Parts: sequence; structure tokens; C-alpha cells
Amino acid sequence: MKHPKEEELIAYHDGEAAGREAIAEHLADCPECEAELAHIDALLAALNTIPVPEPGEDYGQRVWQQISPRLPQRRGHWWDFLFSEPNAVPWFAPRRLAGAGAIAALVLAAFIAGRLTPRDPTSPVAIDASKVRERILVLAVGEHLGRSEMVLVELANSGPQNAGQKQVNISGEQRRAEDLLEENRLYRQTALEQGDTALAGVLDELERVLLDVAHSPQQVTPAQLEGMRQRIEARGILFKVRVVGKDLQQRGESGNTPAQPSSSGKSERNKA
Amino acid sequence: MNRMRPSVETIMESDAVAVEQTLAGDREAFHILVERHSRNVYRLAYRMTGNQHDAEEVVQEAFLRAYQKLSQFAARANFGTWVYRIAANYAIDRMRQRKSEDSNRALPARETDDGAEMDLMSTVPDAAPSPERLAQSGQLATQMRRALRELTPAERTAFVMRHWGGSGIEEIAAALNSSASAAKNTVFRSVQKLRKALEPFVEQRGRARAMGTEL
Repeated sequence: MKHPKEEELIAYHDGEAAGREAIAEHLADCPECEAELAHIDALLAALNTIPVPEPGEDYGQRVWQQISPRLPQRRGHWWDFLFSEPNAVPWFAPRRLAGAGAIAALVLAAFIAGRLTPRDPTSPVAIDASKVRERILVLAVGEHLGRSEMVLVELANSGPQNAGQKQVNISGEQRRAEDLLEENRLYRQTALEQGDTALAGVLDELERVLLDVAHSPQQVTPAQLEGMRQRIEARGILFKVRVVGKDLQQRGESGNTPAQPSSSGKSERNKA
Repeated sequence: MNRMRPSVETIMESDAVAVEQTLAGDREAFHILVERHSRNVYRLAYRMTGNQHDAEEVVQEAFLRAYQKLSQFAARANFGTWVYRIAANYAIDRMRQRKSEDSNRALPARETDDGAEMDLMSTVPDAAPSPERLAQSGQLATQMRRALRELTPAERTAFVMRHWGGSGIEEIAAALNSSASAAKNTVFRSVQKLRKALEPFVEQRGRARAMGTEL
């Protein structure tokens, strides 16, 4: 290998993975480059000695006192009545979530029913709103499970590109897991409202896995990634997601969706 | 490794809860976030701006902006990284503003033959003291601060985030509003400039250590 450029030695100092092994090999045989790297190490070590004045234990409190009068009043949403009972029930209390989920499901179903209902007022055909709602839920949840499965599969297949790589970037999977979390909460609540406890159970487990991914650091060590992968495997969530997703897909494709989830579908999911 | 994991998750999760509560109108939840992250943001701000007054202003502005933009933050769990980036962004603006203010003012500095500014501290005769003595007298620290001040705001931000904040290239690119390869170049340029400015001092330290004259 040729002498590494200054840029590459700085990147090496920073622990970057690209070309790391080749540079390490070269350094072992080249005193000149080794000395160059030692200079970079020494410079950065010296810069670390610049002191930062300690702002004091109460600094956070002082910052708050200075900014709080300048914070604009944050108005809650119109549905905040769900969250503002006098006895201060926590926002994540199940009955509040259930209420929020019910409203969300109702709005969603009403919107879709409005879109699918024939516009011609003289038409004798009127689609049963409950069937429409069920069908929309089936299609949407099926799609959601497909996207979740993709994230988990990508995560299971990601890993260090070489043995020396210290960090693996999972920021892409993390962002998608964050986006999926919100949807998942809504579908879980809606499934519960509809009495589909099997589907709600799988969505609940999926939510825990998505939370795990979403709340991980963007860069994880191979060991952390392996731990995450093992937790996913231990729950068997990929298998469950596939079984339920397939069941929903079949129901969606049949186009003859029953108003209530089919008993065969439910038993299949219960098996999962 | 796994021993550390639950505590990290708990911290992250509690940030996410505090963000959601703030969005629901609970100001005290934001107070918790300020208490939790302000010291870390202060350290970044001080290293970027080089003085306490500006650093405190950056911290306050970063949290104010975070509060105003919180709905754009959505359900992202890493509030600390987000507010850190906002602070870096604001500090860049602040430094640019300071630079333009300073250039309109007569500075208590004189120029060397090659036209570069020269700090009065650096004209103290060099009696080859140990680096620690240099540091104690403030000379080495002064040189380092000066070298950092000479960086452009973007270079300084990139350097501080990379070497003191431990930020990844993508995070730096987001703060600089540039591509990852441009951010990488900025980090490199910053180290190169600092080397050029400080190598003689740092080498002096190395020599002192080798000769056993270091205290």
C-alpha cells in the first residue's frame, strides 16, 4: 500500500472503518506514517485540554427560568378533551388511548366510506359502512405489516461489512420504525375496538419490537445489533407478522370481506 | 454491553414521553427536557463560540427553537441529538455574525510579515518551558483557542461535533446543511488547519517529554 494521505490518517484516528485494516498494516511497517499519526494523536489530545467552564449544578434550572417566559403557549388539539380530565389520568392511560383510537378509526372509516359510497343518490346500492370499515382496516393493516416485515428483515440482514468495523449504522431502519410506530398504535387500538384480539395481540408485540429499534442509537456496535436481532427472534415476531399478513392479504383479495373477521382467520392468527 | 442497554433505553423512552407530553400542552415536560440536556448543549456551545456569554445565548435559543419546532420533531426519540443539532446550527449563525462584527472593528492585534494576525500573547519570548508551564501561563491554551477561532464557522462546527461531540458524519452534514462528503472534507480541513497552526507547540511538548524536561 502507498503511504496513506493525511485525510486517511485523520479518518483512521477518528475510528472510521473504510480501509482501516490496510492502513493498520501499513502503519506497522512504516515508521514515517506511524510518526505522522502520532502527531495527529498528539494534536487532538492537546486540544482536549482546553477547559470548558462548568456551568454549575443549577444550570438547567437557570436556562428554564430564562426561556420559560418566552415560550409561546402551546395549544392542545381539539381532541384534547380526551386528555384533560380533572383527575389527571396519564395521557397513556388505556381508556384515553382507546378513546383516541376509536375516534381515529371512526374518522378513517367515515372518510373511506364517503369515498367508496356511490355518488349517485338514485342508486339502490349502498355499501354497508361496517363492511367498508373492516375492509379498509384489513388492507391498511396488511400493508403496514408488510412494511414492518421489510424493516425487520433488513435489520436481521444488516451487519458490519468487515470484521474490524466497530459501528453499524441503522439510522434508516430506525427512522422507518419510528414512522411505523404511530400507525401501529392506531391499528392496534382499532383492532381492539373491533374485538379482533388476536390481531391486536400481534400488533402489540410488533409495537414493542418497533420501539426497541426506534429507541436504539443510530450507530450500534455489532454486539448491540446481535442483541437486538436475538430479541426479535426470541419473540418470533417475523413469523407472526407473516402469518397474519398473509391472512389479511387473502381476506383483502377475496373482496368478499365479512363484517366481522372470519373465524378461520382468527384461529390462524391465534395459532401464530 | 447489554448491562448498559436498559438504562440507555429508559432515558431515550423518557425523552419520547416528555416530548409527547409537551406537544399535548404540558410545559413542565419541556422543563424536564431542558434540565436534562442543557449542560451537554452548553459544552458544545462553549466550544463552538469560545466564550460563556455567547454559549449561554446559544443554549437558550436552541431550546426556544426546539420548543417552537417540536411538532416537526414528531415521535423521534433522540431529543438530545436533535437539540444538539439546533444549537450547532444557531452557533454557526452566531459565529458568522460575530466575525462580521469583529471585521468592522479595530482589533488589538498586529500583523506579522506575511500579513497574518498575531496575538500579543504569542510574542512572549520562548524560554522553552514545558508544555504544562506553557499551558499554565495560558500561552498554549491561548494558541489553541486562537487556532480554533481562525477556523471558519463550518469548520469549527465540524471539528467540535466530530472530536468533542463524537457526532457521526451524517449528523454533521445535517447540521451544516451539506452532503456527507462535503462534511467529511470540512472535518479534514479543520484538522489540517489546526495542525498547521499548532504543530510547533505540540511538537515542543513531545520534545520536552522525550528530554524529560516536562514537569
